[in-house]
Amino acid sequence: MTLHPMIAALRKHKAGVVLIALQIALTLAIVCNAIFIIGQRVQRVNRPTGLDESNLMLVTQQWVGTPSGDQPGDVDKLDSLQQADLAALRNMPDVASVSPVNSLPLLNSSWNGSAALKPGTELRSGNARTTYYFSDDRMMATLGLRLVAGRAFTAADVQHRGFRDQSKPPVVMVTRALADKLYPQGAVGKVVYLDGASTPTTIIGVVERLQVPGTGSWTNSFTWNATLVPTRLNANFSRYAIRTKPGRLQAVMKAVTPVLYGVNPMRVLDDDSVKSFADIRAEAYRADVGMAVLMGVVCLILIGVTAAGIVGLTSFWVGQRHRQIGVRRALGARKVDILHYFQTENLLIAGIGAVIGVLLAIGLNLWLMHHYEMDRLPVLYVIAGVAAVLVLGQAAVFAPARRASNVPPVVATRSV
Amino acid sequence: MFGYYLQLAWRSLGHNRVLTTLMVLALALGIGACITTLTVLRLLSGDPLPGRSAQLYYPQVDPYPKDGYVPGQSKPQENLTWVDANNLFEAHRAPRQALVALGSAKIQPHDAGGRPFFGDAVMATAEFLPMVGAPFRYGSAWSADDDTAGARVVVIADFLNQKLFGGANSVGRTVRLNGNDFRVVGVLGHFSPQPRFYAINIGRSYGDGDGVFLPLRAARATEMAPTNISCWAAGDIEHLETAPCMWLGLWVELPDAAAVANYQRFLDGYVREQVAQGRFHRTDTALPDLMQWLRNEQVVPDDARLQAGLAFGFLLICVTNTIGLLLAKCLRRSREIGVRRALGATRGAIFGQFMVEAAIVGLAGGLLGLVFAEAGLWGIRHQPAEYANLARLDLSMFAFTFVVALASALVAGLLPAWRACVVAPAPQLKSS
Repeated sequence: MTLHPMIAALRKHKAGVVLIALQIALTLAIVCNAIFIIGQRVQRVNRPTGLDESNLMLVTQQWVGTPSGDQPGDVDKLDSLQQADLAALRNMPDVASVSPVNSLPLLNSSWNGSAALKPGTELRSGNARTTYYFSDDRMMATLGLRLVAGRAFTAADVQHRGFRDQSKPPVVMVTRALADKLYPQGAVGKVVYLDGASTPTTIIGVVERLQVPGTGSWTNSFTWNATLVPTRLNANFSRYAIRTKPGRLQAVMKAVTPVLYGVNPMRVLDDDSVKSFADIRAEAYRADVGMAVLMGVVCLILIGVTAAGIVGLTSFWVGQRHRQIGVRRALGARKVDILHYFQTENLLIAGIGAVIGVLLAIGLNLWLMHHYEMDRLPVLYVIAGVAAVLVLGQAAVFAPARRASNVPPVVATRSV
Repeated sequence: MFGYYLQLAWRSLGHNRVLTTLMVLALALGIGACITTLTVLRLLSGDPLPGRSAQLYYPQVDPYPKDGYVPGQSKPQENLTWVDANNLFEAHRAPRQALVALGSAKIQPHDAGGRPFFGDAVMATAEFLPMVGAPFRYGSAWSADDDTAGARVVVIADFLNQKLFGGANSVGRTVRLNGNDFRVVGVLGHFSPQPRFYAINIGRSYGDGDGVFLPLRAARATEMAPTNISCWAAGDIEHLETAPCMWLGLWVELPDAAAVANYQRFLDGYVREQVAQGRFHRTDTALPDLMQWLRNEQVVPDDARLQAGLAFGFLLICVTNTIGLLLAKCLRRSREIGVRRALGATRGAIFGQFMVEAAIVGLAGGLLGLVFAEAGLWGIRHQPAEYANLARLDLSMFAFTFVVALASALVAGLLPAWRACVVAPAPQLKSS
């Protein structure tokens, strides 16, 4: 089959051809970028935090009428309140392990600083930014972290201090990402200086992975840099990470509020105070999931609308060329020739649309990169998009084309 | 004549139901998506204080140290230190002005069984509430004397009054905040600027409003801490009055352009003075008005703008689709057009007839699009976003829906109607 008569025929329908090509081009441009955005969001939401997230929950509470922490002895009073809470929580029948924590990954409440190889380095220009997790010797078990080098904290490492005390811990554990950045040849036993301090801190262990609490783009430069400090922080508020026995999460979540009020009723515990880690995760990625779902739905409808448009216009052309089809059939064209004619015609139009669409997709991506936080669209997405619109065109044209191929040759002999 | 066109259009649309449904449905989906995302966008980028926002200005300076400073490439800071805020405030260069910071209060109910709970607390100076036009149900705001005396007085929101006092006039009664008694001097009516412009960089900008409003000095005397503190050097954040930390906002009311220019001069002069004294190292200042400040801070999330963009792209494709289908329909009727032209119809008449047909498709699309938009907004209201329950279609968006629908359909109808009216009658008649 030569293309010449087909192109000649398309020239008679310039407006229709341009409209289909334009629609395919716009669809390709938008769907390519939308799917790319969906992919990025899904990737973001699915990255593991490094925690064993099942059976994990967090309690956030504040005491009322406690010492401010300014007087000598205040810190010890606050610590005894915290110790009493910890003991009560550890005594609960369904609880496997409890640790005090200052934050958890995805919680968007963080304490950040820097780790440097030299003492006295300016606060904001250390060798690596890091977030701090303050906890105790049971942290590894409570959070389900994996030790990859050195040793975990023991009870002897654990200290406690006031929330505003600037002193630095003698020992810490770090994540592998931070360890590799500071000491690529192995960090265990090496010394770092935290937040520009002049006192050294020794790295005693390395954990495989632990995400920072922040999920905003400002944390992108240190997402996996965490420093674990064996210190109970004492303030008029506290957070407890609780690992329950398998399947007992809901029971513990219900029971924990009365238990804490039983220890000491002078505290604020409200609806937001007790959260499972699944809740924390859902809250942190709510916007990302919503965006991905919305983009997905819009893409599906878009593809539907474009397919319907192709079906509509091609059906019209089939009706319009009814007689010509009959003539071709009478002159010896087989059914499959007619089918192929319409399929090739659509391939041609969709091909033109795809070429324009690729340009539009890249242009749209560049515009988005300029105005929003967006990465460059990978070529793979564009190729997949082109293939998808060509397949879409073929699928949409099949029904009208088959109807065309069923036009009997006798039509040619009828005068209309 | 118009009635005749309507009748013709109706018959023509009914003649090819599948194609008509397809056109209306596609247009309706595009319009529904556009109106839904636009409503959210308008909600997020709305004016928190209509009628007052144009006169409210937000002075900004930069107390950061010299290192890393490139003149012209840095922006002044979002908040002021205690020292700068008070220096600017005490100069009284604006008819009305107020310092404000958002904190958090532990509120203890008086009845024995009541558990303490948290509420957002606005620490401000006396003119804040009158200046932003907060409506009072009972009592009034505190006075400037209360500010200087550090009087323990408080204005509470209507929902807190409901919760604590069952909605009765509670002026004169006491509320226990962070362990200290405060005397109620006023109860607000509904007051919740969207977004909460005086504390936008801490999230939760869209909501039901704050619970308590109290004098800044009294709040600080009872150790209420601001929610947003930003420090550029190590310091004791419990003693914010001396720490190298920024946590206060100053809002000034400037009635006209001359006052704004005057204030800008005063602000620049203040910064030069501070540089001369060695307190400051950077000379950048800014004096945005309220709406400009919201734009600078990018309160509207990128996602909302992306969604609106996506919806418009979607509408564009739907309109292209409608043009194609209308064109197909109209060219199929070339013979009918030929007959009408031969019987004396002018080109204008044919053009009008097809535009009426397009308009009917547009109105139907708009009506169905409204249903889709309501469904979309219903979906958004059932999402746990902070602005969720504010997402409603108002009268102007309702009207806008039909304008968009009609405009899209008429644009879509232009090309087909043009093609229809240039059909030459003779060949069409001959071929039959």
